[in-house]
Amino acid sequence: MLDLRAADVNSASIARFTLGRTMDDIRRPVICVRDLHKAYSVPEREAGLAASLRSLWRRQTREVTAVERISFDVAPGEIVGFLGPNGAGKTTTLKMLAGLLHPTSGEVDVLGFTPWRREPAYLRQMTLVMGQRNQLVWDIPVADSYELNRVIYAIPDDQYRRTLDELADLLELDPLLTKPVRNLSLGERMKCELAGALLHRPRVLFLDEPTLGLDVTAQRRIRAFIADYATRHDATVLLTSHYMADVEALAERVIVIHHGALRFDGPLDGLIERFSPFKTLTLDFEGAPGDLGRFGEVIEAADGHAVVRVRKADAAAATARLLAELPVIDLSVADPPVDEVIDRVFSDEAAGAADEAIEVAS
Amino acid sequence: MNDLLALYRAQFRTTIAEQLQYRGGLAIWTIGLVLEPVIYLAVWSTVARSQGGAVAGFGAADFAAYFLVALVVNQATFTWIMWEMEYWIRQGHLSPLLLRPVHPIHRQIAVNLTFKLLTLTVVVPAALILGVVFRPNFAGIEPWTALAFIPALVLAIALRFAIEWTLALAAFWITRVTAVNQLYYVAFLFLSGQAVPLLLLPGPVKAAAEWLPFYRTLGFPVELLLGRLSPQDAAVGIVAQVGWLAVMVVLLNAVWARGIRQYSAVGA
Repeated sequence: MLDLRAADVNSASIARFTLGRTMDDIRRPVICVRDLHKAYSVPEREAGLAASLRSLWRRQTREVTAVERISFDVAPGEIVGFLGPNGAGKTTTLKMLAGLLHPTSGEVDVLGFTPWRREPAYLRQMTLVMGQRNQLVWDIPVADSYELNRVIYAIPDDQYRRTLDELADLLELDPLLTKPVRNLSLGERMKCELAGALLHRPRVLFLDEPTLGLDVTAQRRIRAFIADYATRHDATVLLTSHYMADVEALAERVIVIHHGALRFDGPLDGLIERFSPFKTLTLDFEGAPGDLGRFGEVIEAADGHAVVRVRKADAAAATARLLAELPVIDLSVADPPVDEVIDRVFSDEAAGAADEAIEVAS
Repeated sequence: MNDLLALYRAQFRTTIAEQLQYRGGLAIWTIGLVLEPVIYLAVWSTVARSQGGAVAGFGAADFAAYFLVALVVNQATFTWIMWEMEYWIRQGHLSPLLLRPVHPIHRQIAVNLTFKLLTLTVVVPAALILGVVFRPNFAGIEPWTALAFIPALVLAIALRFAIEWTLALAAFWITRVTAVNQLYYVAFLFLSGQAVPLLLLPGPVKAAAEWLPFYRTLGFPVELLLGRLSPQDAAVGIVAQVGWLAVMVVLLNAVWARGIRQYSAVGA
């Protein structure tokens, strides 16, 4: 019932990417992932005093598979969105690609390097941005932290100046550079983190939730910036996000993983239609909601406030009817969070859909 | 090499800027550092006086000399890496450091040296004031002991740094390393000569302490400077320092490599 088969995805996306270039420009993939597998062994014990005493001399452990034999390629200059619910294995994969984690098995080649060897020549060409982990020194002005990065990455002076000017311009950093990091707002700090992570002009960017916790304006700015950086420097970007809008704005191609396994790898257009066939209508109105079931699936209904899910195609009609029939004060139409959508798709799958329908053609 | 020098310079500037933000905290820290040997000094001076002026040949003025030099040596050699490493690993702060093209130890060395230079501005005047109050006996200091003290101190700094850095890596395997740290500090307190000059320890303990590395990082340079060691003992001590340093550097590298593997196997 769900046929998400994207035939020969990798070659298709490479072909799309290289469109308009000469054949000589077809370079080998920047990122090559083969059968990448990561299993943790986690201690496990039942609740209660007796169980905790038992675990003193006999430790029960359980194998947990975080990432299950995934394979994919990313071509130079591609921006790929990495999607999946919490705990799907996105961050684990990103950490393995960046070189922080050793896989249990499988191979990864990024720019010709094996990431987890962490050779300086590799580290100088990539960056990993994980939202809450601050690389900036908390107590000193942002510019001083950047200066430290300049030395750590041995960036030549003129290149450093040019890059910093460019980043400061794109992200409007100038008023922030002289402030200590601890005095910045979350959005400001994220901008500064991002710029700091790009001073050495990495060719490969791994971005884990680059817009998490930011307001809409800041999200939009970061998105525009990432797209701009990628084009200017022909950088390859792999990003995870909770916000479908991030992925929509940036990535032509998405990779969906769930329970560690790769479930979809293909163009975004097909994914959105299939994974997010609904819109969420959030309404504030006067009085009791009455029966909202006739407009769509009721998610939430209370006096004065309700959330209704409708099919995308019906969204306009349902909105019009709601406005006509209810004393609406406020109404908003939105895509549901991508996590929710994907989770829903996969729980539908668990409820009976054939597993192999979601299998990726590889 | 030039890159490394530039890195140390930059880290030096950053650390100064950082530490000066918290002048109050820095001052309190340093006061604690100064007070600790003053307590040993007061206790041992009292013991000496109650025993008719000296304990095993140590008079009040000798204790004063010993603990004042020990104050300066301890200030130069102590590290806080065992506490910091646990925090880095638990909170994930180690991860961004691993992704830089420079070994994290360089940052730590640079920060440590900078911190020492900053606290020196308090510790040296404090030692001078204490000198006036406790009237130490520095009669044993000779030109050769002063000269030999310099390499002994530098080696002591390097050796203690390597020991404590290696022990700090226990945090890769043990969730609560505070217990390990505490054990180390108690052992260090008695076997290094920090709380008691080695001379006052019972025979077998003293012999053991001389073979262990802790004494080489604190008591040895102090006794050397104060002229309590023969030139032969001084030479043996410096050779022991070099030997222990070599052992610790090898160990540090081996443990670091394994620890990082562990860290990146279970979830950095």
